[in-house]
Amino acid sequence: MRNSQTFHMHARRRRAQIATGVVWLLLGGLVFAFFHTQVRRNPAYAMQSDRNRLRPLTLLAPRGTIVDREGRLVADNVPGYALSLLPAPRDSIRSTLGRLAPYLELDGGDIEVLMERQRRRPQQQLVVSNDVPFARISAIEERRPMFPEVLIEMRPKRNYALGAAAAHLVGYVGEISDRELADTAWAEYRAGQIIGKTGVERQYEDRLAGEPGVRYVEVDALGRIVGQFPGHERVDPVPGDSLRLTVDVELQRWVAGLLADTVRGAVVALEPATGEVLALYSTPSFDPNDLVGAVRPERWAALRQDTAKRLLNRAIAGLYPPGSTWKLATAAIGMELGIIDPRQNMPLACRGGMQYGNRYFRCWEPAGHGHVDMADAIKHSCDVYFYQLGLQIGLERLLREGTRLGFDEPTHVDLPAERAGHFPPDTEWYERRFGWSPTESEVMSLAIGQGANDQTALKMAQFFAAVAGDGRMPPPRVVRGGPEPDPSEWLDLGWGEETLRWLREGLDRVTEQGGTAAGSALEHWDWSGKTGTSQNPHGEDHGWFVGLAGPPGSPPEVVVSAIIEEGEHGSDVAQIAAKVADYYLRRQHGIPVDTIQTLREHWLNGVPAPWADWD
Amino acid sequence: MRVGRFRSLVGDPPLLALVLTLSLFGVAMIYSAGQLDVPDPATAGAWRRQLVWLGLSVVALAVVLRIEVKWFEWAAVPFYIAAVAALVLTLAFGTGAGTAAGVRSWLEVGPIRVQPAQFANLATILLLGRVMGGRREPPQTVSALWKPVVIVAIPLVLVVLQPDLGTAMVFGAILLAALFWGGTPPGLLFLLLSPIFGLLLAFQVWLFSAYMVGLVIFLWLYRVYLWEGTLVAAANLAAGTIALPLWNTLAPYQKARLLVFLDPGLDPRGAGWNVIQSRVAIGSGGLFGKGFTEGTQKRLAFLPEQHTDFIFSVIGEETGFLGTTLVLVAFGLVLWRLVRIAERVADPFAGMVVFGIFGAWFTHIVVNVGMTVGVMPITGIPLPFLSYGGSFLLASFVALGMAQRIAAEQARMY
Repeated sequence: MRNSQTFHMHARRRRAQIATGVVWLLLGGLVFAFFHTQVRRNPAYAMQSDRNRLRPLTLLAPRGTIVDREGRLVADNVPGYALSLLPAPRDSIRSTLGRLAPYLELDGGDIEVLMERQRRRPQQQLVVSNDVPFARISAIEERRPMFPEVLIEMRPKRNYALGAAAAHLVGYVGEISDRELADTAWAEYRAGQIIGKTGVERQYEDRLAGEPGVRYVEVDALGRIVGQFPGHERVDPVPGDSLRLTVDVELQRWVAGLLADTVRGAVVALEPATGEVLALYSTPSFDPNDLVGAVRPERWAALRQDTAKRLLNRAIAGLYPPGSTWKLATAAIGMELGIIDPRQNMPLACRGGMQYGNRYFRCWEPAGHGHVDMADAIKHSCDVYFYQLGLQIGLERLLREGTRLGFDEPTHVDLPAERAGHFPPDTEWYERRFGWSPTESEVMSLAIGQGANDQTALKMAQFFAAVAGDGRMPPPRVVRGGPEPDPSEWLDLGWGEETLRWLREGLDRVTEQGGTAAGSALEHWDWSGKTGTSQNPHGEDHGWFVGLAGPPGSPPEVVVSAIIEEGEHGSDVAQIAAKVADYYLRRQHGIPVDTIQTLREHWLNGVPAPWADWD
Repeated sequence: MRVGRFRSLVGDPPLLALVLTLSLFGVAMIYSAGQLDVPDPATAGAWRRQLVWLGLSVVALAVVLRIEVKWFEWAAVPFYIAAVAALVLTLAFGTGAGTAAGVRSWLEVGPIRVQPAQFANLATILLLGRVMGGRREPPQTVSALWKPVVIVAIPLVLVVLQPDLGTAMVFGAILLAALFWGGTPPGLLFLLLSPIFGLLLAFQVWLFSAYMVGLVIFLWLYRVYLWEGTLVAAANLAAGTIALPLWNTLAPYQKARLLVFLDPGLDPRGAGWNVIQSRVAIGSGGLFGKGFTEGTQKRLAFLPEQHTDFIFSVIGEETGFLGTTLVLVAFGLVLWRLVRIAERVADPFAGMVVFGIFGAWFTHIVVNVGMTVGVMPITGIPLPFLSYGGSFLLASFVALGMAQRIAAEQARMY
C-alpha cells in the first residue's frame, strides 16, 4: 500500500472540503454576476437589445390634397416608390450602392453624393431615390436576395392637376435640402423627407404635411432587414389636411391660356369684397410635376439659369414701377390734403409737356390734353396735370403720404417669398441710397408712378380693390380657412368717401370713349380701371392695367391687375385684364363665354358692338 | 444490492446522469444557436454533428469504464509521450479553424479534425497523478516541486506556442490542482505562483515595490532555504522586469482582449464587441429568458461564436437567470461529485487523477462562463458538455469514464 500521511483519509477530507468550498464560492460569485446582469440590470440590457435589433422607419403621412374654391382638384397624390438603405457600416452601404447602380442608373458622382449624405447622418436611413419608376422597382424586387438591406416603400408622388397653369401659386414639393435640414424651423424633418418648396405647398406645409408615423423593422448585426416587427409601438401617420383655395381653377386656366410662354409678366384677380385671390398667374411658367421626385441636376441648373426666370413668381415678387396706375394715389393725396378741387383744372394746360426749371417734362401724349379736371386727367392719364399736382403736394408730403399708404410694405398674402414694394420714406432715403438729395422735380416723377417706386401686381390689385370699396382691404388670401390676418396687416388708405368716389369716376372714364383703355370696354359689365406704362431702363416699357368689373350699377365683383414686361402699352394690357374679368363674371352670372369680348376685339373681328354707342 | 451493483458498474450514477443531461441540453442549445434569421449553414447543422460526437463519446465512456485503473497508471507515460509528440506535430502541421484561423490547434487525420491539446490535458493529469501519487511525503520545498512543474511545463509551452493561452491556463490549473491534492502547503503554492503576481503587479511601480517587500518578509518567515528564497525573489524581480517587454511582444489582438476586459467600451465595435453583445444577450434574457430558439441577439447574429465559446450567452438569453442558475448548479454538482470521488478513493494515483479532472473542468467552467458575463477576459476555451466541439466532448467523456471507473472500483471494495 502506497498510502501515506499525504493521502490519509482525514487529509483527503480536509482538502475535499476546501475544494468544495472554492467551487461553491466561485460558482456562487458567478451566480451573483448573472443575477446582477440578468435581473438587476435587465431593463437596461433589454432596451439595448431592442435598440440593437429594431430600426425605426418613418411612415410617411399622405399629403393633404388641394382643391379650388369649388372643390375641383388642384393637387393630389399618385402612387410612387422610394428606395432607401438602412443604417449600416459605410463599406456595406457603398457596396450596396454599387450593386444598385445599374438598376437605378446611378453614376459615380451620384454615389459620392449619397455617401457624403450618409457620412453626415450615419444613423438615419439613406434615401437613394424618392421616385423610382415601377419597372425598376420590380427589377430590384426580382433580385431581392441580392439587396437585403434595401428598403422599398410606397411613397405617394405629388401630382398637380393644373400643371404649369398654377405652378407659382400652388408651388411644388421636393426632398428637403441640406440647408432646410439645418434650419430649426424644420427640426423634426429628416433627410429624404418631402417638403413644400414654394407657393401654397410651402406656406401651408404644416397643415398639408400631416405627421409622419413610425414602424419598426428587425435587422441583424449587418443591418439586413430580417422582418417586420408588428408589436412595437407603431405610430400611424396622421394624414395632412386638405386645403381649399380661394382660386377658381377655370379662371386660372383661362389666364394661363391668354399669356404665351414667350411673354413675361403677371396677372392677379381678386374679389374686392373679401380680398380672396381668384387667379394668380406668373408667366412664363413651368410644370411643377417635372420637379416632383427625382430631378436631374442638369434640369435644375437649366431652370435656375433660365434668363426668363421661370421660377420667379412675378405676381408677388416681380417689382415694377407702377406707372400711371399710381396716379390714383397722387390724385387722392391731393384731394385729401385739400390742395385740389377735383372739378378744377391745373394752372397750366397740357401742351404735350411742361417746363420746370431748366428741364422740359413731356406728357406721354405729344399733342397734349389741354385743360383737364382730375377725372379727365385720370381718363387720359395726363402727365402734365399730375406734374403740377405733384409739385403742389411737394416731395416731402408725397413721400410721407405714400409711405403711410403702405407702398413700402408687402400685402401679407398667404404665400411665401412675397416682396414688399419700394417707396422712399423721406428725402434722406435718397441720400442713403444714391448719395444725392432729390430736387423738387423728383416729385414730378413720383407723381406719375415713376422714380423710386416699385410695386407688385398683387399690391396694385389690393390697392385698387380698396379704392373700389371703403378704402380698407384685408391681406389677399389664396387659401380658405387659413390663419386670420393680423389687423395691422390690413391696408387702410384712410380716405374719405368723397375722394374714393372721385377716383372711381376717373377710373370709369378710362374705359369710356377717348379714355386710354376705351378698347377694352365690355358688353355686359361696368369695366373701369387705369392703364400704366412704366419706364424700363433696361429695354422697352412695361405695360400695366388694373381694372374693376361688376354688373352694371353694382359694386365691382372682381379686380384684375396685369403687368406685362417690355413692349406692351397699358392699353394693350387692358385687353388681357378685361378678358380675364369678363370670363370670370360671365361664368358667375351664367352668360355664355365668348372669345370675342372687348370692344377692340369686336372691331378687329368685324363684330358689331351696338352696346358701345360711340364710334 | 441493486444500487451497489449499478455503482460498481458505472461508478457514480448521479455524476453520469448530470453529465448526460448537460450534454443533451448542450445539443439542444447548439440547435438553438443555429437558428438564425439569416441562416448560416455552418452553424445550422452543428447540433447534428454534436449529437454524433455525443454518441461516439458515450461509446468511448463505455469502453473506458471497462479499463482497470491500473492500466491508466501503466499507460500514463506512453500516453504523455504520445500527447507531447502530437502537440509537436500540431505545431508543425496544425491548422486553424473558423475565427481561430491564425492558430495551429487542430490536427487533421483524414476527415477528422482533433485538438491534441484536449487529450494532452488528460495525459498530463495521468502522469501528474502517477508522480504525485507515488510520493510518500507532500512536497515541502520549492525544489521538491520540479517534477510536476516540468511535466506540466512541456505541454504548456507547446500550447502557448500555438498560441492558445486559454488552454495553457488550463494546464496551469491542472498543476495547481495536483499540487493542492498532493498536500503541498499553501505557502509553497504561493511561492510557486508568486512570479505571476509579480508579473501582474509590475505595471504599477509602488504596488510592485510593496509586493516585493512583503514577499521578502514572507520568505524569511517561511524559513525557506536561502538559495530557494533567492530564486523566488529573483524570479519575481525578473517577472517584474520583463512584464513591459513581454506586454510589447503580445499580438495586438491579445493586448486588445486584455484591455477590453478591463473596459469593453474602449472598442465597442472591435475587441469589445464580443463582451458587450454577450452581456446584452445575457442581460436582456431577464429572469425567465426569451424562450428556446427565440433569443434575438443570437437570431440576429449579434452574438459571436454563439455555438462554441459563447453558448452560455445563448443559454442566458433564452432561458434567463433561472436557466443560468440551474446550469451553474448542475456544474457545481458535477464538480462536487468529482471531489467526492477523489475524497473517497483510497488509491493516491486514482484520487490525483480525479482531482486533476476536477481542476481542468472547474477552470473551463469558471473561465468560460465568467467570460460571457464579462468577469473573465476572453480566452476562447470551451464550456464542457455544452460548447460545440467534437474532440473536447470526446476528451471530456474519456476523462469522465476514468473518474467513473475509479468510482466503480472503489464501490467494489465495499
